[in-house]
Amino acid sequence: MKILVVTEQRDGQWNRASFETLAAAQQAARDTGASITAAVIGKGVGALAKELAALKVAEVLSIEHDLLEKYTPDGYTLALKQVIAEAKPDFVFFPHTYQVRDFAPKLATALGRGMIADCVGLRHENGRLIFVRQMFQGKTAADVTFQGDAPWFASFQAGAFRGDQVETGGSPPSAGTVAVDLKPQQIRTKPLEIFREAKQAVDLTQAPIIVAIGRGIKEPTNIPLAEKLATAIGGELAASRPICDEGWLPMDRQIGSSGQTVAPKLYMAIGISGAIQHVVGMKGSRTIVAINKDANAPIFEVADYGIVGDLFEIVPALTEELEKSKVV
Amino acid sequence: MNIVVCVKQVPAKDAPLAIPEGAAWIRETDIGFELNEPDGYALEEALRLKEKHGGEVVALSLGPERSKQAIKEALAKGAERGVHVSDDKFYELDPLGSAKCLAAAIQREKFDLVLTGLQSDDHGFGQTGVLLAELLGLPHATIIMQIDAADGRLKLKRELEAGWFQWVELPLPAVLSIQSGINKPRYATLKGIMAAKKKEIATLTRADLGVTVAPTQRIERIYVPKKTKKTEILTGTAKEAAAKLVEKLKHEARVI
Repeated sequence: MKILVVTEQRDGQWNRASFETLAAAQQAARDTGASITAAVIGKGVGALAKELAALKVAEVLSIEHDLLEKYTPDGYTLALKQVIAEAKPDFVFFPHTYQVRDFAPKLATALGRGMIADCVGLRHENGRLIFVRQMFQGKTAADVTFQGDAPWFASFQAGAFRGDQVETGGSPPSAGTVAVDLKPQQIRTKPLEIFREAKQAVDLTQAPIIVAIGRGIKEPTNIPLAEKLATAIGGELAASRPICDEGWLPMDRQIGSSGQTVAPKLYMAIGISGAIQHVVGMKGSRTIVAINKDANAPIFEVADYGIVGDLFEIVPALTEELEKSKVV
Repeated sequence: MNIVVCVKQVPAKDAPLAIPEGAAWIRETDIGFELNEPDGYALEEALRLKEKHGGEVVALSLGPERSKQAIKEALAKGAERGVHVSDDKFYELDPLGSAKCLAAAIQREKFDLVLTGLQSDDHGFGQTGVLLAELLGLPHATIIMQIDAADGRLKLKRELEAGWFQWVELPLPAVLSIQSGINKPRYATLKGIMAAKKKEIATLTRADLGVTVAPTQRIERIYVPKKTKKTEILTGTAKEAAAKLVEKLKHEARVI
């Protein structure tokens, strides 16, 4: 059995989620005896391929072409189709990045196969691999198995595996460059400039305390409640995506997969249900407090302290309590 | 510009979910349903493009009878027609199976653009738009935050991770998955709701569409995830719980 891990880089910089997926593949390989082939796609990616060769994998492939210098869904799909036909993997693993979401399901479909996306875990049971993913915004988990013929495609959510626990060493892997055949007219998307909106005004990654609000705050007129709490505790105000989508707080205060990833010493999640897209941005925090009316909200999965109740009563009480304790 | 927008009806955000033992789907009785929030952004974008460039918006939904409510909401907001792919066992379909049904229904339409939301709040596969593009043989782009259409081409602002964006261009016809937050979805007006009653909703079945599906994956069971972290729940009145929390943060966690 063979697992092909497709890593991700942009302009020679790793997307670190690649190493988490390699860790997932190493776990699956230990369970099943599979060998791992690690691939890197782009132009001039030799140095990155060398880094992969230091890991405990059987084979490293550099997939190089001028037309792969900039990501396009057509270019990546056509190239990987050829690599898969050659390498004949049973499983193809990806990090669940925005880029992978954009092309990997297309690649699987082009081969008449399916993809289990956004997995948070992997188990080996009765001789088969069970992929665990979340449903209903994290309120339930699902055990999913592949049906039909290989290759089987899967992607892994950021943070589901430890990238720093990828095993190194072992016998040096065989390394090769795969020549792929691509023509400019096959690529229908024209990639233009990559840019950042106005400079990020707040760097939440440096804040030792963060008070974050979610949908539970209900109305923008209620935000001062959270602001007062943030002031009383000496923290920065932040939010989950829906609050920024509504324009109630600027986008640069958003925590989660499309915003900033933070790990403060104290993170207070107020009226945030804890969808995975938010949790990946804050679960590394040292101490997490959740205040939510729904005792089953997934945010309590990652919280150290929780208060189940009405935030409109609890937050002012908490602010008062903090102010009182300062005076003493 | 003729646009097909895919909409899904999902359990309401605050619906209590009951899972029958060993089941792969929730018990549907006694809970409310709503238009999948990400699809609301795709619908709004479709309506705005139509208002700017002319043409019609067709709202397409796959699911049981109740899914028609999502189509009706789209009609009330301004879509011209609805297509309902009726399927009581929609939850047994994998992403590819659902996409094949939707693609077959889309192929019966004259369209320039297909829009989907980024993902559904129930299954959350997040693949439908990309699969539709491949099945229809069309270019696509995902996580779209701005659409400029001119001369049969689209200029699109894609969201990348960690605050980065990218402009991309592609020719029509095409499939786009819309990022939540791209616009402010409108509310249906009373006039719109009344007008929607006269609009057509065509109903098709998988057999009508001639689609056969072979599952590529199977949900064995769904369940409430086991806690990996021990959460200390602080109880009492708001004041008592707040006092306990401050105490814990000061003397136990020592973070304030």
